[in-house]
Amino acid sequence: MPLITYREAIRHALSEELDRDPNVVIMGEEVAQFNGAYKVTEGLLAKYGPKRIVDTPISEAGFIGAGIGASMLGVRPVMELMFWSFYSVAFDQILNNAANVRYMSGGQINCPIVIRGPANGGTNVGATHSHTPENVLANHPGVKVVVPATAYDAKGLLKSAIRDNDPVFFLENTILYGEKGEVPEGEYTIPLGVADIKRPGTDLSIITYGRSVLHSLAAAERLAAEHKISVEVVDLRSIRPLDVDTVLASVARTHRVLIVEEQKPFASVGAQLAFTIQREAFDELDAPIHRVTTVDAPAIYSPPVEVEQLPNPNRIYAEALKVLA
Amino acid sequence: MSTKSTANSATKTQEGAKGPSDPRQAPINARLTPAEKIELYRTMVRIRRFEERSLRSYQAKKIGGFLHLYIGQEAVAVGCCSLMGANDHVITAYRDHGHAIAVGMDTKPLMAELYGKVTGCSKGKGGSMHYFDPSRNFWGGHGIVGGQIPLGTGLAYALKYKGLKGAAMAFMGDGAVNQGAVHEAYNLAALWDLPVIFVIENNGYSMGTSQARSSAGDLARRAEGYQMAWGVCNGHDVYEVRSVMNEFLQRAREQSKPAVVEIKTYRYRGHSVADPDRTYRDKSEIEEYQRTKDPINVYRTSLIADKIFDDAAAEQIDTEARAEADVAADFAEASPFPTPDDIQKDVYWETDNPSQRTSSGRLFFT
Repeated sequence: MPLITYREAIRHALSEELDRDPNVVIMGEEVAQFNGAYKVTEGLLAKYGPKRIVDTPISEAGFIGAGIGASMLGVRPVMELMFWSFYSVAFDQILNNAANVRYMSGGQINCPIVIRGPANGGTNVGATHSHTPENVLANHPGVKVVVPATAYDAKGLLKSAIRDNDPVFFLENTILYGEKGEVPEGEYTIPLGVADIKRPGTDLSIITYGRSVLHSLAAAERLAAEHKISVEVVDLRSIRPLDVDTVLASVARTHRVLIVEEQKPFASVGAQLAFTIQREAFDELDAPIHRVTTVDAPAIYSPPVEVEQLPNPNRIYAEALKVLA
Repeated sequence: MSTKSTANSATKTQEGAKGPSDPRQAPINARLTPAEKIELYRTMVRIRRFEERSLRSYQAKKIGGFLHLYIGQEAVAVGCCSLMGANDHVITAYRDHGHAIAVGMDTKPLMAELYGKVTGCSKGKGGSMHYFDPSRNFWGGHGIVGGQIPLGTGLAYALKYKGLKGAAMAFMGDGAVNQGAVHEAYNLAALWDLPVIFVIENNGYSMGTSQARSSAGDLARRAEGYQMAWGVCNGHDVYEVRSVMNEFLQRAREQSKPAVVEIKTYRYRGHSVADPDRTYRDKSEIEEYQRTKDPINVYRTSLIADKIFDDAAAEQIDTEARAEADVAADFAEASPFPTPDDIQKDVYWETDNPSQRTSSGRLFFT
């Protein structure tokens, strides 16, 4: 199977969907002539032209709102946010219009929009550019939230997202854009809401998603090598819908849970997960659920310290040992 | 206010935007049949009687939340929506009852929506501020001031993308013009030559704050900053609304050009009926407008003078409109409420169409 980057996998998904459906339009800042701020959309303008690949001004409320309006009339816009951190200036459009319009119209109006872009810390860009809003987004019924960790998942999930008739928010990661993975050539999709066991194990379930999957796999290797601990790594892939069944099945195998997320801890995705696990698998647990989250403060700039603020293999390793103590 | 309309622009394409000195004689109005003229009147009266009836129901505590009445502004929605062709679309803010009736929605589900009944146009899920009927190209009914304006711009984007010769009318109040989203939408519409008319229904007050106390400069003239055409007209004269809007709509449909049109109007009731409106305006101001510029009276006088109908016919229309509003209220009263089981319907397309669901996993949480 060819090895391609996460970035290329997303580009392939966009290109295949542009070919498949003439209503698909790519819009965003620098997506066309500049070839994408992170080069995800590189070459698409040359291939599809300015009607399908549309540069927008720096005007997130305006262009996201316009995309939502266009989607109500049957266009399928795939909007790029240069950083998901900029969702805050389009918050009203995203959460009052995209999330609510189907409900408020009694089911008369659909909003088949995708908003995609990176949402991560770890690149020393400070508090304004390091938001990970998957918990905030997923708090709003009506939307779907996807956070792929690998090139293979990114391609298959994005294709499903573009075909979805509900609004889907797709959160990528600038640090993962250059990560290579095996991706088959040609058509495949991955349904939203299906978690993936990235590493099977019997002693501890690490429930995670996004870049934290990679850190968790590294920690799992070390725990195996140094302590002969068998860690199962469950990659949620999709936050809403959420594959609760796969999570609970893993808990039933290992009886111990560590949640790892690049999220501030208060009301995070992990908080919802921990509630669900204790509510639905209380008797399976042999220990309290632990979490590794972003250390609870705005994103620090200082490069070596930011590494310690975020989940990393060392922090995961240490917390895993506490769960197993 | 004079009856003269004005239009201006920083572009050279605007000569046609100036309204005629007698808008009744404008071609778009002169070609109306007597029956069509009477229908405009009937729609204005139906809106007013519907809203007066809804106010009584509100006072009787049949209706919850807010009730933003359109009374006094009827000629704006009726004039604008009467110009709609098959590919023209409307979106507005929360003072949306008039537009909903003007695009042809049945008053029974509209009243039922106010009552929170399952027979409402949004199944009791939207309420007064959130009427929708995409089958009539009516896209709401939006509660956040100015938030609907980017959506209207997107409707126009879709029209252009699909090669349809239509236009979107994106209505807002005078209080919306200072919202950032409105200016972002202006820029996109002008930048991309989108067929959208931004219609400012200037009733003089953003809630309890007068235009003079909230907005610098002329409202529509701000279009010049975006090299967009703009116009101003009186909103108490349905003929004038039609003649001015028709120019901009034709231009939008044929040349895919946006515009901003300020329509000067007035509301007789508070921002919502729960709000006292004596803190910011005198009763005499309302009475003066009602006496001299009430859009229904102005039009009725004109129709009688033109021998389109007589007093008896006008009274008959009024009687029928009152009866229709009562029927709507009876329908609403007799209709059932949604059930708690309905709360989680209409959230996701996928859960409402389970046989076509492609995702799996949990979409609702406890």
